[in-house]
Amino acid sequence: MPSEIILKMEGICKSFPGVRALHNVDFVLRKGEIHALMGENGAGKSTLTKILNGVYEKDAGLIILEGKPVHFKSPQEAQNMGVGTVFQEIALCPNLTVAENMFIGRSRNAFVNWRQMNEKAAEMLGSLGIPASPTQELASCSIAVQQMIAIARAIDMDCKILILDEPTSSLDEDEVQKLFALMRELKARGVGIIFITHFIDQVYEISDRITVLRNGELIGEYETPELPQIELVSKMMGKALSDVSAMKKHEPPKSDDRVPVFEAKGLSSAVGVRPFDFSIHKGEVNGFAGLLGSGRSESVRAIFAADKVTGGEVKINGKRVKIKAPLNAMKLGIGYLPEDRKSEGVIDELSVRDNIILALQVMKGFFKPLSRKQAEEFANQYIKLLEIKTPSLDTPVKSLSGGNQQKVILARWLLTNPMYLILDEPTRGIDVGTKVEIQKLVLKLAQDGMSLTFISSEIDEMLRVCSRMIVMKDREIVGELSGADLTEQNVMQMIAQGGK
Amino acid sequence: MGALNPNKTKTRMSNSTLLFIIAGIIFLVMYGIALLTFPLSFKQFQTFFDFFNLNAALFIVTLGMCIVMIGGGIDISVGAVCGLVTMACAVLLESGAGDIWDALFLSLGIGLAFGLMHGYLIAYLEIQPFIITLAGMFLAQGLLTTLHREPLNVTKPAFVALRSVRIEIPWLGTVNRLGVFIPCEIRPGVLVVVALVIIYAIMMKWSRFGRNLYSVGGNRQSARMLGINVKKTMFFSYVLCGLTAGISGFVFLITTGAGNIGNGSLFEMKAIAANVMGGILLNGGVGNLLGAPIGTLTLLTINELIRAAGVQSNLQAIVSGLLLYIFIMLQSIIMSLRDRKNFRLVLPSWLKLHRPVEGK
Repeated sequence: MPSEIILKMEGICKSFPGVRALHNVDFVLRKGEIHALMGENGAGKSTLTKILNGVYEKDAGLIILEGKPVHFKSPQEAQNMGVGTVFQEIALCPNLTVAENMFIGRSRNAFVNWRQMNEKAAEMLGSLGIPASPTQELASCSIAVQQMIAIARAIDMDCKILILDEPTSSLDEDEVQKLFALMRELKARGVGIIFITHFIDQVYEISDRITVLRNGELIGEYETPELPQIELVSKMMGKALSDVSAMKKHEPPKSDDRVPVFEAKGLSSAVGVRPFDFSIHKGEVNGFAGLLGSGRSESVRAIFAADKVTGGEVKINGKRVKIKAPLNAMKLGIGYLPEDRKSEGVIDELSVRDNIILALQVMKGFFKPLSRKQAEEFANQYIKLLEIKTPSLDTPVKSLSGGNQQKVILARWLLTNPMYLILDEPTRGIDVGTKVEIQKLVLKLAQDGMSLTFISSEIDEMLRVCSRMIVMKDREIVGELSGADLTEQNVMQMIAQGGK
Repeated sequence: MGALNPNKTKTRMSNSTLLFIIAGIIFLVMYGIALLTFPLSFKQFQTFFDFFNLNAALFIVTLGMCIVMIGGGIDISVGAVCGLVTMACAVLLESGAGDIWDALFLSLGIGLAFGLMHGYLIAYLEIQPFIITLAGMFLAQGLLTTLHREPLNVTKPAFVALRSVRIEIPWLGTVNRLGVFIPCEIRPGVLVVVALVIIYAIMMKWSRFGRNLYSVGGNRQSARMLGINVKKTMFFSYVLCGLTAGISGFVFLITTGAGNIGNGSLFEMKAIAANVMGGILLNGGVGNLLGAPIGTLTLLTINELIRAAGVQSNLQAIVSGLLLYIFIMLQSIIMSLRDRKNFRLVLPSWLKLHRPVEGK
């Protein structure tokens, strides 16, 4: 293939307050290629594309578009220069027609010529094979078609580089194939496509090259057929295959109780995780392993009914129960520390004390308030136990550091004395010292008889605390590892190959 | 993937069109009920024309409100602005300081001033429209009572001549008991209503501003990403609404002939209710401008029906309140069935706790 380079990004650096998002990253895109940009959460994929399409400004580095250095200050400017982006959340207006969505905001005429616009739209839709009528309201198109219309708009604006940010995350199998057909058509027309996804199979199906980022740094650029899946996974996770060091294993608990503490059959939720079976015994720590977007968080959220549960059967200590809302789960002794601390965990404006007693208070009901003395006692007890660093009980929780905020939420759940606690990324974004403390705490709780599920993006950490690992890929459980089989190599193998 | 054939693709009706049709059906049903229960009064064409003759100002206010509602906003100052204009013009005309033309310019000027102020504060300083126009409402009401407290009849001959103009429709009318044919009459305000409906309907359907406004009302963030100047579009919608409120004040005055503290009071609420009945959703982006007059007609028919039934006035308010509940529920149910979503009432952004963050 004639590999004429249309875009070169050199030495791109970008920092946000307190975080180095990108450090000296190079990226090359050729004409008519589909280039996958891969990396785990926080690797810098989004930052890199947002610098390219003008949403962010780079701190240092060079962007060379068709041999000329460019500098975009806004997405509009980038678009006019031929860099089109189709965002994960589609930036179109659902209440307008398909044709209007393709042409609105582009003409300077005072009046709209509907007939001409519809004709041009029909021609464009036809040539790209998009199954939509120009006069139809966008809201009546499927998400996949809406995405294609966004792409058609970008193409009609003469885009040479198309950034597709997680375009397939809300599409079904059939729709993905339609989108891929469109991508191949654009590729044939010489458009360079940057494809971001966390579905590894899709990368191998459609892309020509892969660039891997990790922790804001470039790991490398590879020809897709020459990079085995398992190597891709290990590059994303930052572990070389040979580097499987012997590490101290967590003792699997003796599971003499035959009835699991929690058992689910065919559980599924509205966010699109495949029905799954799951069980956990007393004193067990298990984990859901998988890449970001594999459905690991969605699965535990289904257990806690944090998303709408759409099917399945749940048993607690062998007894059938119905969990319809988080409050049901809490009353049955299940705790859930959410992945997103900021939006679902702490309540910024409330004091440390109020944040700690929140779950207990909710379970007691608001008509039986805890006395102030009791609340203070509880709060002090856990502040001491977890070594939460806070100036006072009345300090608003938002002024604590991330690690201490996380401990506050942990205290909140421990106070309710759950028999089963789910921790979704409890160590994300907190310092190493606190990480180790939390890991130790998890093991101690398990020894005391609590059952825990522990999820982390860092595989080391999970191997350290979990005695059983459920491996997920593409929103499906692909296997389970425990005992001697539970090694880093096996987990990665399973993630890459889907348990085969 | 098959090749596209627009003729074969089944095009679903847009939400705006569907709601407009529902609004039309509701009006026809209500008018039908009125015809059946009170054939004597409702069968006369003059009754129908009197809706317009006597409520021309309300029709006009509703049009302006419709435009800001399509843009996802609200303007609750319009009733007070309308009242202020009637009094300001009455004072101007009675004091002899100006003629009818001066009064007309004064109306437009007051409306424009409020519109510019609201538009600037809401679009460029990003303050919630509800609060800003609430302030505007108090300001206009205060100015109104400061200008003149007592009702003020305009006696200027030129003005009296203008407000007595009647346009007769020779081929439409009724024969009275004595067998004399009485043609239907239309007052000058109605012509203003018709002209504005035509102009605004064309603007909303074919002008760039109109389409951009639909886009802004549908999804502000997307509109920005599509390259629309969201702030300018919102700004103009409020300017237009203010200007329309000014026009409505002038029309009010030539309908009643007097400045009065109670003029235009509660027009903003009636206009919102009429628009909702006309299929213009409060959360923006959905609705046909022609729904505004249809909704107003429905509202007036209901009121007239209740009045004719001889129900006490406090019961009238109760019944119209209940009917409004029913209509809004009906719309919400139809819309939710359509999208197969859970039933929920649609709320505009300014009524929600968290406003979507604008910016990068």
